[in-house]
Amino acid sequence: MSSLTAVRRRSTSERRSGYWWYILPGAVGFLAVVAVPFGMNLWYSLTSFRGVGDPVFIGFENYQRLLGDPLFWASFRHSVAFIVAMAILPTAIGVVVAAVLFNFISPKFGSKVASFLRATYYLPQILPIAVAGVLWKWMYQPQYGIINTTLRDLGLDGLAQNWLGDSDLAIYAVMNVLVWLQIGYTVVVFMAGLSRVDPALYEAAELDGATWLQQFRTITLNQLRPEIAVVLITTSVAALKVFAPIFVLTRGGPGTSTIVPAYFSFSNFFTTTKVGYGAAVASVLALMISVVAVVLLRYQTRNSEGFEDGRG
Amino acid sequence: MAVDSLEQTAVSPATPPAPVVRKVKRRKRGVSGWVVLALVAAVGLLMLFPFWIAIINAFKPAPDYIANGPVSLPTELDFSALVDFWGGVDFNRKLLNSVVISGSVALIAVALSLLSAFAIGIGRIRGRVWILALFMLAFTIPQEALVYPLFVLTRDLGLYDTMTGVVIILAVLQSAFGTYMLSSVLGTFPPEVLEAARLDGASRFQVLRLVVLPLTRPTMAVLMTFFFIWTWNDFFLPLVLLPSADNQTVSVALGALSGQYTSDPTALAAASLAGILPALVFFLLFQRTLMRGVNLGAVK
Repeated sequence: MSSLTAVRRRSTSERRSGYWWYILPGAVGFLAVVAVPFGMNLWYSLTSFRGVGDPVFIGFENYQRLLGDPLFWASFRHSVAFIVAMAILPTAIGVVVAAVLFNFISPKFGSKVASFLRATYYLPQILPIAVAGVLWKWMYQPQYGIINTTLRDLGLDGLAQNWLGDSDLAIYAVMNVLVWLQIGYTVVVFMAGLSRVDPALYEAAELDGATWLQQFRTITLNQLRPEIAVVLITTSVAALKVFAPIFVLTRGGPGTSTIVPAYFSFSNFFTTTKVGYGAAVASVLALMISVVAVVLLRYQTRNSEGFEDGRG
Repeated sequence: MAVDSLEQTAVSPATPPAPVVRKVKRRKRGVSGWVVLALVAAVGLLMLFPFWIAIINAFKPAPDYIANGPVSLPTELDFSALVDFWGGVDFNRKLLNSVVISGSVALIAVALSLLSAFAIGIGRIRGRVWILALFMLAFTIPQEALVYPLFVLTRDLGLYDTMTGVVIILAVLQSAFGTYMLSSVLGTFPPEVLEAARLDGASRFQVLRLVVLPLTRPTMAVLMTFFFIWTWNDFFLPLVLLPSADNQTVSVALGALSGQYTSDPTALAAASLAGILPALVFFLLFQRTLMRGVNLGAVK
């Protein structure tokens, strides 16, 4: 009896160990592309390294300098603006648009109309961000760009601005592009979330004489809570990482008025070749994003456990 | 046509009770109904407006633009801006580079994901939770924290400014996401099927090839579509690791346009259109997969 279980145990452990071969390519890739480079980046961040020659160990000097660098703080302040543009505004607009499409347009005018409208909101999402950047840069162009020519045609010459060239306005111009890009994502996710909601909830509310706004507040927002949380966190991570729109639209300028952590570290790496300093910026950014990601992971596991409980 | 398939994916769970509700409500659209429709349609038009304006101006002769501005329709169809841009940046070359890189990344990343997920989801190897957590780290970590070492390593290995280097790096990064997704799919794989295959004397590799692979093909198709499009749109690593014009991708070629072409008001419209076209083709080809995948990624 006991020898039998021993044999069986050995055979399962053998059976399992054979699977290690299958993770080998992925593990080697992970080591070479993620683990080793990440370790090297941490090492660089503790050194003075100009890209040529050998890195010289200087301890935490780079990090200390970061804390006193106004550019570093400005870049994270701008990150907050991009969290507003990529996470908060698109989520707020997306919830309202999804609810209007799903609970108002779809029952009154048919689901085809609603789906068509959803596709129009989603279209910017398919563009490579670089292409979206070129397109908007052209529309923002101060002399012949469509925004200023239209304003002049309307006789509003005073409102025509050098949108990307004015250090007070540039960040809002970039934020506007990001809102345009992101709305489609939130609308699609929230509409899918709404299709999960039991229609009986709305029918009951209607019978009780609840207005559309009351239904939105009590049913829609409550039922979409998991989607809202996940979307807010994933888009905030994306906002912290934002690079391509900045590179294409403003290169962090004019001056440093739209600089973000990703662009700040990039320019330290490849423009001013202060590699150690850039590595420190990138490490701080990685730390911040990891914190947000852990929050997401916690939320997702808790949420899916609750989901299973509810079913069981 | 585009609309039908979109609708099916999203609305299907809730369709059964819909017809009854719809019939009752349709009668009372009311003034407010039309106002709201007009409002959301106006927002939709605003979202599409940049696309429209790029298309009409890409075909507008430059003097026409200067005389009549960007809003008016072109007086004649002029392909010269598009032709100039296409030839000027050797856009055929960029398209080919992007197809080769995105296609290779998609294939390799899916293969890597399947192998790793097989070990984690079916093999249930020890420490799989930690392995998955590490893989998740790989796709949340900002690429800025990897890029300089990757630049140094590829340079030392002779892979800098080669498509091979970028393909390997992007395939590994994307397979981290694929492994995460596929592992959870394979974790729910029916154990009876696996047990039956084992009793028939199938080896692990035969189980993978003859049992798991055919049954997970739909998920893998979704992953491959996503990897292809992500790579196509990817900007940061190709920008740094593929500096020469001969190796540039479409995204980088467009993103790196700075200064040049800005003197001619229709040139950037033509450039935008050249970038929009492939994206539009993918959207029309893969929209069902894309919409399904968006939801999968967000709520899973």
